[in-house]
Amino acid sequence: MSAVALDRPVKVDEATILGKATRPALVILPFLILFLAAPSLPGWMTTVPKAWAIPFIDWTNTLIDHLREDMMFGLFSFRDLTRWVADLITWPLALVEGLLVSGFPDVGVPAMPWVMTAGLFGVLGWFLRDWRLGALAAAGVAYMAVFGKWELSMITLSVVLVAAPIAGMIGFLAGILAVKKPWFEAAIVPILNVLQSLPHFSYLIPIAVFIGVGHKAGAIATVIFAIPPMARLTILGLKGVAEEIREAGRMAGCTRFQMLWMVEVPAARQALLVGVNQVIMQCLAMVVIASFVGARGLGHDLLFRLQSLKIGQALESGVAIVLMAIVLDQLSRAAAEKQPSHAKTSGIWIARFPFLSAGIAVVGISLFLAAITPYASVWPAELTLSTAPLWDGLVDWVMLYFFDPLQYFRDAMLLYVLIPVRSLFQQIPWTAMLALVAMAGWMLGGLRLAAIVSGFVLFIAFAGFWERSLITAYMVAVAVVLCILIGLPIGIWASKTERRAEMAKLWCDTFQTFPSFIYLIPVIMLFKVGDVAAIAAIIIYAMIPIIRYTVFGLRNVPQHIVEAGITSGCTKRQLLWNIRMPLAFPEIMLGINQTIMFALFMVIIAAFIGTKDIGQEIFRALTFNDAGKGLVLGLCVAFMGLTADKLITAWSAERKSRLGLA
Amino acid sequence: MNEPKIACRNLWKLYGADPEGFLRRHGGKPAIEAIRAEGYIPAVRDVSFDVMPGEILVVMGLSGSGKSTLLRCLSRLIEPTAGEVMFEGRNMLAATESELIELRRHKMGMVFQNFALLPHRTVLDNVAFPLQVRGTSRQERESRAREVIELVGLKGREAYYPRELSGGQQQRVGIARSLAVGPELWFLDEPFSALDPLIRKEMQDEFLRLQKVLNKTIVFITHDFDEAIRVADRIAIMRDGAVEQLGTAEELVTRPATPYVAKFTQNIPRDRLLSVRSAMVPAAPRKAAKNAICVDDLLASVARQVVTSESPVDVVDGEGMLVGTLDRAAYIDTLYEQEPTR
Repeated sequence: MSAVALDRPVKVDEATILGKATRPALVILPFLILFLAAPSLPGWMTTVPKAWAIPFIDWTNTLIDHLREDMMFGLFSFRDLTRWVADLITWPLALVEGLLVSGFPDVGVPAMPWVMTAGLFGVLGWFLRDWRLGALAAAGVAYMAVFGKWELSMITLSVVLVAAPIAGMIGFLAGILAVKKPWFEAAIVPILNVLQSLPHFSYLIPIAVFIGVGHKAGAIATVIFAIPPMARLTILGLKGVAEEIREAGRMAGCTRFQMLWMVEVPAARQALLVGVNQVIMQCLAMVVIASFVGARGLGHDLLFRLQSLKIGQALESGVAIVLMAIVLDQLSRAAAEKQPSHAKTSGIWIARFPFLSAGIAVVGISLFLAAITPYASVWPAELTLSTAPLWDGLVDWVMLYFFDPLQYFRDAMLLYVLIPVRSLFQQIPWTAMLALVAMAGWMLGGLRLAAIVSGFVLFIAFAGFWERSLITAYMVAVAVVLCILIGLPIGIWASKTERRAEMAKLWCDTFQTFPSFIYLIPVIMLFKVGDVAAIAAIIIYAMIPIIRYTVFGLRNVPQHIVEAGITSGCTKRQLLWNIRMPLAFPEIMLGINQTIMFALFMVIIAAFIGTKDIGQEIFRALTFNDAGKGLVLGLCVAFMGLTADKLITAWSAERKSRLGLA
Repeated sequence: MNEPKIACRNLWKLYGADPEGFLRRHGGKPAIEAIRAEGYIPAVRDVSFDVMPGEILVVMGLSGSGKSTLLRCLSRLIEPTAGEVMFEGRNMLAATESELIELRRHKMGMVFQNFALLPHRTVLDNVAFPLQVRGTSRQERESRAREVIELVGLKGREAYYPRELSGGQQQRVGIARSLAVGPELWFLDEPFSALDPLIRKEMQDEFLRLQKVLNKTIVFITHDFDEAIRVADRIAIMRDGAVEQLGTAEELVTRPATPYVAKFTQNIPRDRLLSVRSAMVPAAPRKAAKNAICVDDLLASVARQVVTSESPVDVVDGEGMLVGTLDRAAYIDTLYEQEPTR
């Protein structure tokens, strides 16, 4: 008996030691052999032969043409249908735009005075959290009026206010269906995975084909782009409802309908509102980018100024977008965090309904003000302030004092880092890449995972854009490595105290709300265009998750294990490297996973500043309205992201369960 | 009146690939080794018992013993693999979805370990919830809810939300909610396990007070033997899904059916559980002494008299008839669980 007990651990140790040594070797070895032997390999093994290319693009375009031209539902074609559906959005859009900015000239009703909009935002913020949020929201709206961005910002806001509820409702219903019908969930979750890793531009091209270009098309693109996160968070939220609460509902004698609407949905309220927050932020990000297909508003303004390289004016628009992002994010976040508390049931009406009273007061007072002074309804043009001179000054100053060092840095970066890494990447035989991914998949998740990730790689290889994809991969790889080198130390530093961790979270939350397009502005200012600029943009944007997850991982190491380390006499350094780091590592890997996803999103947007990768091809597809090419290229990008995602999450899950953290 | 309120016969719940087929292959009564060998998880194994009207049956076991699954099979929150559940003589397992909903809306109430209150509803709305889903008018359900809230001692907290209440108060809401429909059968799933010990004791007293007024038929789950003794009429001890022994607390302590039950009961303060009956020696009828003790007295309450008495003390029944005697040696042997030396 005791002999057996003694034998066992030894055996297990041997197995893990063996496993430790062989598993990474098995993954890397085939790759290394193929890579080093590349010069002597037959041609078909290093570059994908042209003859092998599968015409995915042609197939897609044939399908799209068929849908567009031939598909008829009796009296109308498929395109008529899509256009008709798209027309539906013009009604609410016109209504909200009329309320906020353009008024209703037909019936002689003017738009809401700006003081009313600002005041109502203020009351909303006060209701959702406290007077400080109210002040922020009101000030944010007032800024738009005073700094001459009123019309543009209100147009952008109307698209968000119309698109978010529609997207939210569709996503919500899809999520409910997925939770109730397993077959639907099985079908929709992989689609959601792909949709959420498709670059923004890939959404725009089919929209342009089926609906055309213009403000309406931009609004539709915004709706479609914002659906997946809501569907996903609805599934997550409804599944997260405690089993006991469900049982309480059943024991109370709920029918299925009552169960869903009176128990599950209200109990998942918080997760659903987080979904709403996501939807709103995705809408804002998309409506900025949708300016490429003709959406009006702040994004269009920004795009126009960037294209004409008016950096100062672009910064001014950027600030307005950032401000709007912060206000919308804070408001919807406060809504999600708001906890119910018991209301007063006695006292005068105003005390019982303070927010409603304040709202009515705001409406009354602003109507009164608008009647006695025109300044309250429309901020006069002659009093409009502009920050553009300030920003122009900043740009000039930067150029004056930093031009040479920046130039030097840019050239050095290009010469000694980017070009060597790029040529290294371009030498990788596609079979080597396939072997690496397949072996990693096999080791981490068995044959199933190996088949899935190999399928992704094969799709990219045979779609005919392998070289372009390698350039994308190289830019993402360089950016991710730099993100880790910079972000990890920042994360470690920030995790040291509660205060720093809070600050880091606040910064990450704030920066993450900015539409990704914004990050191009400072980068263009500093590095003009090209690979260095693109990589700089990726780094700023993709650094957020690695910092966030590092702080989170390090701070969430179980306290008793840390205490065990302290009582064992660890120094602070030992505590970090021997205890906190190993335990936080699976979480940090998830951060790196997110960083890769963010980097892929950004690298495509960076096509705007002249890269030579897959993003540039997508960009070109957008110009030529080549929906098939746009979609296939988008899938290439999505599959690159999903390959990394599948492998890393599999590794992290296994590691976590071994550490007993899952 | 002698019909059990709820009963189960040969109830099985197995988890695994094909539990029905597995049971059939083994003639409906597989041994635990066979279940484990084929990778099935035995949650409930061949459980049968009756619960009479007004009785409190406590099901006790460690975590993973299947007690919660058993309760959920009785309430059909979980579908049993095989067996029968009879509620007032009707087969619960044959009830359709809508019959089940009707039953739950009128005859059953359940209290949950982690309270399972609806976070978005006030105390009043939580308690009124079961009435609302069955379609009671607002006025009626709110007045009924206020009644139950007062009964559990939460008057004045009607407008509060669950998160604004302490754990003990939240469970009072849970209890009030389960009582709102005036159920005949009351399920309590470890109702006080999530509360700290002082509050737990207070809630047990509260529960007993309520039961005195309401006289429900109760199935009460706990992992705490002290709690079981305090509240139970009868106790079923579960292990690996099967009932090891079912009986009164006194029976479990004095005549444990298995070593497992004996291990469970060995640390119980016997003087507060056992009555004179379990320690006395029967005696031929004669006139009892004036200072006789009653056969149903707890041993603790007669300690001084028995231990200081040089001679055996007379024991009488409720009518004053002598039924036995108790001397201090037998008293001490019973308390300290030694084989009688006589």
